[in-house]
Amino acid sequence: MDKNIDWVYSEKLKDHFTHPRNVLEDEEAYEHDGKGLVGNIKCGDQMIVVIKVDKKKGIIKDIKWKTYGCASAIASTSVLSEMVKGMKLEDAYKLSPKDLAEKLGGLPEHKIHCSVLGDKALRAAIDDYYTRNNMSDKVTKEKARIICQCMNVTDHEIEDAVLDGARTYIELQEHTKLGTVCGQCKEEAEKLLGEYIKKHFAK
Amino acid sequence: MSTKRIYLDHNATTPLHPEVKKEMCKAMDVFGNPSSLHSFGREARKMIESAREKVASFIGAETDEITFVASGSEANNTVLSIITCPSAHCLCGQTAHKNIVTSTIEHPCIMETSACLAQKGLEVNYVGVDKYGKIDMKALENKINEQTGIVSVMMANNEIGTLQDIGSISRLAHKKGAMFHTDAVQAVGKVSINVKKLDVDFLTISGHKLYGPKGIGALYIRKGTPFCPLIRGGHQEQGRRAGTENTIGIAGLAKAIEMRAREMSKEEKRLLKFKEMLKNGIVDKIPDIQFNGHPIESLASTLNVSFDGAEGESILLYLDLEGIAVSTGSACASGSLDPSHVLLACGLSAEKAHGSIRISTGRETKEEDIERVIDILPRVIKKIRKMSSAYREK
Repeated sequence: MDKNIDWVYSEKLKDHFTHPRNVLEDEEAYEHDGKGLVGNIKCGDQMIVVIKVDKKKGIIKDIKWKTYGCASAIASTSVLSEMVKGMKLEDAYKLSPKDLAEKLGGLPEHKIHCSVLGDKALRAAIDDYYTRNNMSDKVTKEKARIICQCMNVTDHEIEDAVLDGARTYIELQEHTKLGTVCGQCKEEAEKLLGEYIKKHFAK
Repeated sequence: MSTKRIYLDHNATTPLHPEVKKEMCKAMDVFGNPSSLHSFGREARKMIESAREKVASFIGAETDEITFVASGSEANNTVLSIITCPSAHCLCGQTAHKNIVTSTIEHPCIMETSACLAQKGLEVNYVGVDKYGKIDMKALENKINEQTGIVSVMMANNEIGTLQDIGSISRLAHKKGAMFHTDAVQAVGKVSINVKKLDVDFLTISGHKLYGPKGIGALYIRKGTPFCPLIRGGHQEQGRRAGTENTIGIAGLAKAIEMRAREMSKEEKRLLKFKEMLKNGIVDKIPDIQFNGHPIESLASTLNVSFDGAEGESILLYLDLEGIAVSTGSACASGSLDPSHVLLACGLSAEKAHGSIRISTGRETKEEDIERVIDILPRVIKKIRKMSSAYREK
């Protein structure tokens, strides 16, 4: 290929896409301590993350993954697997899509939603480990809060809409149908909209 | 060492025909305004009128039935806008109509314009397609009513290549008193077209889909058909499209069409052979696949295929790294979350639609290019499936 034509994403992303690290090649044979499966093929991406845990130290000894999805989804799981090896469970738990995007040398805005599954899958795997080892108290149940009572839209759905590209209240309504009946939730929804944009997209 | 790049995305756009490039370079020296009366103007006028003749004769139209526009999208927007003119005094006289009928597999410039018209209060009826992308004629008949001003159905689909029976659809529209438009940007220059035989009122042509330049298109408007311009403020193009004519683009479009007339029938046989090669190669070497679009009534140049457990953008980008350019129906390449509306309309699951690629060949495609795809694609799919959470060998 002509070296003068830039690739569509960063070189770092390209490296992880073309040489994915820690792929789970034999699912049956890999004895794991926790497994997380998130996403949905219908939406275009799905991931499995499995971890081995050093139980004494509480650190991730090994991690493998499988991803169905686009280049950003594949690369973000690959980079995640490199980042968390040897990491304390508590620290790994706190990783955000932004951390992955940064490690990949940045992602275009419309691709952020492709990278949000990696950290979710990892948290699901850690939760699975906690549950299996009688540490269910450590599982952080992110309870969704209903913001729009009429259309039954939660804060999680607002966050997902932001990750999918909603930037204005109208776009948020198009994504979620929120505030289309009585409209009382507008103020709170707009506040959350601002917070989530800041959380995921602030430079 | 850089490998030879292989372009297999001709439905997105085509490279300029070398003869077109030459013609356009010549046209660059003809700088006069075609509306000017002096010799410079007359020279430019002569050039665009001779171009108009070439375009017209290629589709069996009269010369003054061709209007040059800036793109296929503009032509399509223009046609749909006729119906919305609210003035009772307007020449178009279309104020009585409250309904348009179109299909679920149209190009976004028809889909989105229709949706916009619906927001303005017009009724839009969408007619569905079968699993091959062919219009459901029964449903079409039911959806057209006495309020219908216009029916718009594309001739060849850009994503799956399926060809519609435009003559029958047009006759059905006319029987119910509606005008008929076909977006033929993917068909012109690939299949032979005669507007009189097809009995259409409007037909859209785009320059860059047939080895001509970008930024030029043509709209066939049957003589006597009500018309209302989208772009106003000039007498150009019989008052149908204001703005000083894109002389270079028009010259390029006409030359492209002239070359199509010479090359297309021979080329079709070649491309059909390539399509068979591709299909056989893919079936032989890759399990769990599905071809999309009509198996016979479709463009020779277009092959759409879905791979289980492999996502389209990944396939596209791995092929791109090998220098092979294709396109995908996956949402991930476009930035939205919904995969191709065309594939969904054909009844494909979202998963199959996400896992689809479109290979569209053209006049510069060589047999060795096809062989290379058949060599590389199986490896790419294997690699993606190996790390896919959604693939299990059956």
